[in-house]
Amino acid sequence: MNNAREKALDRLVLKDGVEQFFQHENDLLDTRQYEAWLGLLSDDIRYWMPLARNQAFGDWDGEWTRKGQDLNWFDEGKFELEQRVKQLMTGLHWAEEPVSRTCHIFANLQIREDDGEALHTYLRFIVYRNRTETETDFFVGKRNDILRRDAAFGFKIAEREIFLDQNVLLAKNLTTFF
Amino acid sequence: MDRPHKSGSYTGEFVDASRGRINRGIFTSQAIYEDELERVFARSWLFVGHESQIPDPGDFIQSRMGEESVIVNRDRAGKVRVMLNNCRHRGMRVCRYDSGNTRKFYCPFHGWVYSDTGGLIGVPKLKTGYHNELDRSKWGLIQARTASYHGYIFACWDDETPGFEDYLGDLRFYFDDFCELPDGSHDDWEAFGGVFKWRMKNNWKFSAENFAGDYYHNSSHASVDAVVLSPAGTKGRHTYDTVSKAREVYKLNICVTPDGHTSRGELFKDDYDYTPTYQDMAVVEDYFRDCFHKRRDKLGEKARWYGHGGTIFPNVSYSNGVQSMGVWHPVGPHETETWRIFLVPKSAPDEVKNVVRHYVIRYQGPSGLTEQDDLENWGSAHDGARGTIARRYDYHYGMGLGHEQKGWPVEWLGGDIYATEDVSEQNQRAFYARWASVMDQPA
Repeated sequence: MNNAREKALDRLVLKDGVEQFFQHENDLLDTRQYEAWLGLLSDDIRYWMPLARNQAFGDWDGEWTRKGQDLNWFDEGKFELEQRVKQLMTGLHWAEEPVSRTCHIFANLQIREDDGEALHTYLRFIVYRNRTETETDFFVGKRNDILRRDAAFGFKIAEREIFLDQNVLLAKNLTTFF
Repeated sequence: MDRPHKSGSYTGEFVDASRGRINRGIFTSQAIYEDELERVFARSWLFVGHESQIPDPGDFIQSRMGEESVIVNRDRAGKVRVMLNNCRHRGMRVCRYDSGNTRKFYCPFHGWVYSDTGGLIGVPKLKTGYHNELDRSKWGLIQARTASYHGYIFACWDDETPGFEDYLGDLRFYFDDFCELPDGSHDDWEAFGGVFKWRMKNNWKFSAENFAGDYYHNSSHASVDAVVLSPAGTKGRHTYDTVSKAREVYKLNICVTPDGHTSRGELFKDDYDYTPTYQDMAVVEDYFRDCFHKRRDKLGEKARWYGHGGTIFPNVSYSNGVQSMGVWHPVGPHETETWRIFLVPKSAPDEVKNVVRHYVIRYQGPSGLTEQDDLENWGSAHDGARGTIARRYDYHYGMGLGHEQKGWPVEWLGGDIYATEDVSEQNQRAFYARWASVMDQPA
């Protein structure tokens, strides 16, 4: 095999590993194995979803609210995500009782940087939710992750940026993870 | 259930506050909803934003009053204005950005241009199309009455409504308390960037009444209390849970009659000292301890009042613990669009701002561990008002009826106010009594 072909194969193998990791993650979320899901997150994870704003053409800096300063739908560390999971596991969290059905789908996965320790991945996501009887939500957007290589899990999620393409949130709550 | 017949009235027929009964039709009827837009929303002072969102001349934000978009801006002379975001020619929004800075508002449709004071300053083809017969001075943007109260901006469309301070009435003590910084001063608050905006499938009144005085709904929040969201990490979900559990307090529902404004909070029976709340964060702990002592020195006996929040009639809910202003904008009888901002003392250290920001976005709103459960319950209560059979039966608002006390527990809590302790539906009754009396005045 020539060198270019080997490099392409390496890329595909890596991409396959990342795809399997994210598919496994989505399976955990859709089957409500939230505590196992927490195991995929690094202890220093930053989990962030800003608000989307309508801005004049070219004023792209203002399009998303800022991490660490502005209001965000989420700006969390591991402790905060653990609290959310704890709440879901009480059986008294009425926003998720009875529990919703969710279906997490991703596409357009790209790996743009790999320094050996960590990968920067980019993808599009759709999260479908059906609550109680007819209540249905679609969450659609872009997601940027930093994955750290991990001996036990393959990867750990060290950073997640979730750009939900919605200005006025049409769902009444954000009880799922992205 | 439709609006009342000519002989009837909302007071009594739909809202019987004296018996604590409310007809479910007020939440679901399209005809009643249309009356509300005219009689409640077009007449009331509504919250539209905070001055820190538009600090410089030319700054603007888009906001809402009832169903309609408004521009809130600071003109070149520094004056805060609230104008209907609606071109006088064909009604297109002349401002389509959430925020920014501009000297002109330009309508994309036919190119009419308005100044930052709302004047119509540009009309294409004024000479050849309008033959110079259009009097531009009569076709500026529609202006609302505007009041900035300690930086919180309210607006009203109706010239006959009393001025904002009179409108607040005896809620002033409680809203002043909300507007005070933790140190008891009236220095500047600063809104965090961004506005939480989201849709809910319930009538706006379910949300307004919940914030008006529903201490009874603690079962809604069993899960977040179990998780212990409170920054102290020892008990409950509120910043003040640690404090109040250790002290003798009156937990009070306060309603201002007949204005229908409400407040909730705790009155400490004795003077008390600061209770550590942020033990693991020295800078934050020092800040709030210092504020506590300054507030007590400044306010004396009145520092014993610890406000939790309430609703300014009709649809503005303020929350002290997280310093938020939420507005329940009506979107038809069956839907509400909530807008909420959160504020922090401008002079606070960055560490304090950051801790507060992390706490508030995990408390309120669609991603907030506490409010998520409210949102579920309001939607379900709304569905429960829709059924043909269900609508024949009134909702029960009778808790604590006849146990309201005036001038209690202390005189300085206000004049035309009533108080009940712990759980009670006094505040909801006051809110709906006001609603019905406003609805009984035809446009």
